[in-house]
Amino acid sequence: MADEPKPGGPEAPPPPAVETPAPVAPAARPVTPGAPAPGAHAPAAAAAARPAVPPRPAAPAVPAADLAGKVTTSTATAARKPAAATAAADADDASPLMGRRAWIGVAWGAFTAASAAALAATGRFMFPNVINEPPAQFKIGFPGEYGMGVDERFKETMGVWIVRTSQDIVHNASGFYALLVTCTHLGCTPNYLSAENKFKCPCHGSGFRPTGINFEGPAPRPLERARIVLADDGQILVDKSRKFQFELGQWIDPEAFLGA
Amino acid sequence: MADTKTIDPQEGALVRFWNWLTETQIWTSIFRHGKPTTDRNRVLVMLSNIFLHLHPVRIRKSGVKLRYTWCMGGLSFFLFLVLTFTGLLLMFYYRPTLEYAYTDIVGLREHVPLGIMREMHRWGAHAMVITVWLHMFRVFMTGSYKPPREFNWSVGVVMLVLTLLLSFTGYLLPWDQLAIWAITVGSNMARATPFLGSEGPGAALLAIGDVKLVHSGSDARFALLGGTFVGEGALLRFYVLHCVGLPLVIAVLMAVHF
Repeated sequence: MADEPKPGGPEAPPPPAVETPAPVAPAARPVTPGAPAPGAHAPAAAAAARPAVPPRPAAPAVPAADLAGKVTTSTATAARKPAAATAAADADDASPLMGRRAWIGVAWGAFTAASAAALAATGRFMFPNVINEPPAQFKIGFPGEYGMGVDERFKETMGVWIVRTSQDIVHNASGFYALLVTCTHLGCTPNYLSAENKFKCPCHGSGFRPTGINFEGPAPRPLERARIVLADDGQILVDKSRKFQFELGQWIDPEAFLGA
Repeated sequence: MADTKTIDPQEGALVRFWNWLTETQIWTSIFRHGKPTTDRNRVLVMLSNIFLHLHPVRIRKSGVKLRYTWCMGGLSFFLFLVLTFTGLLLMFYYRPTLEYAYTDIVGLREHVPLGIMREMHRWGAHAMVITVWLHMFRVFMTGSYKPPREFNWSVGVVMLVLTLLLSFTGYLLPWDQLAIWAITVGSNMARATPFLGSEGPGAALLAIGDVKLVHSGSDARFALLGGTFVGEGALLRFYVLHCVGLPLVIAVLMAVHF
């Protein structure tokens, strides 16, 4: 748009577009290939010139005439636009800010921006501000309420197993950790088999020790642990928004284990 | 129009009825062209009919031979129509909520006349996946994807994906254990989407300081499930996509594909 011949103010010199129709007309009979129309765009000019190259001038005369007709029309329309713009320039250029073409550019720009914004808003529509899911942080009662072993009370509602152990493999102390119930293979929920003292995933058969360490099936890594700390009121607070992965050495984090 | 009468020789009652019918004002106002006995009228037949005009006006006789096409595209389209119709009927009974989804599916078998309607939808869906694959196989084997048909092949590939997505979204709707865990496993793949999945490559780059822009609450998987696990939101979203969104898109692409 910037390099279009701007109609400009009344004192601007007349753009060269007015002159282009005149040289185009001879191109209609391109018997002399040396004078392609200056206004004609390159391929059209080349096409017009090609029939004149072979030594037999009579044979290509017919296709040349056809092509010539095309050249005339295409360049004529191309030339007509700026010419029309100049002709209309006086009437349209009442605006002191921009020419007609520039206003159309602004209009297209605004339309594009509005469409993009509407599209983005539609995409945002798919992400609600509130979702009806269990909170990531929740209190699960006092440490004294738990016996040793795997506690399944919060599996269905909150998605964690609370495990109380006398000797943690990482922290070498007695206390609590919270295992997320998501299988590290493809995300199903394993079952705790108390008789075999293991977590077993029904989808593809992955097995995990009560520590969370994987030992059978396709699961590539141990179950994840969630942040577990004591709240101000003495209750255990589990925070699923912070996860600790064994294979990244994160289980050593003090908040991955609650000594008791 | 009257001059195009061709079934002349021995005019039985049926022929006379047909000739009368095709000259009535109602008929001639619906089909505003002569009988397709000339090339011009054949073109008019195709172009002046909303359904026929989706199809090319001229096809080589060799191009419609069953031995060549296996009719797999046509069968896929037929199955799509069957699935649209049976699916529409199922929608009269099925409610996509945690409370009712499973029992409505059971009810469709036990409490509704023609309990095979849901089975027709289910088996039809399996069959459509098969015919679409076979159609693709045939097109590949006959080299029909080569220029100038590259664009149509590409449209077909998109429709293959849409067919599989229709199958995938329909899979969740019975809301049984198989459905829930299959979609759990399947939708976990969306986590690994480049840039748009919370665990996908490049997602970590989209962050402002320590704040991740793409996390489990804002990634492709969330957009699909309407939550962070397969729950109420996922059921509703899959239902809408299955019944309205995907069929609309694939119907438009089918018109292009013909």
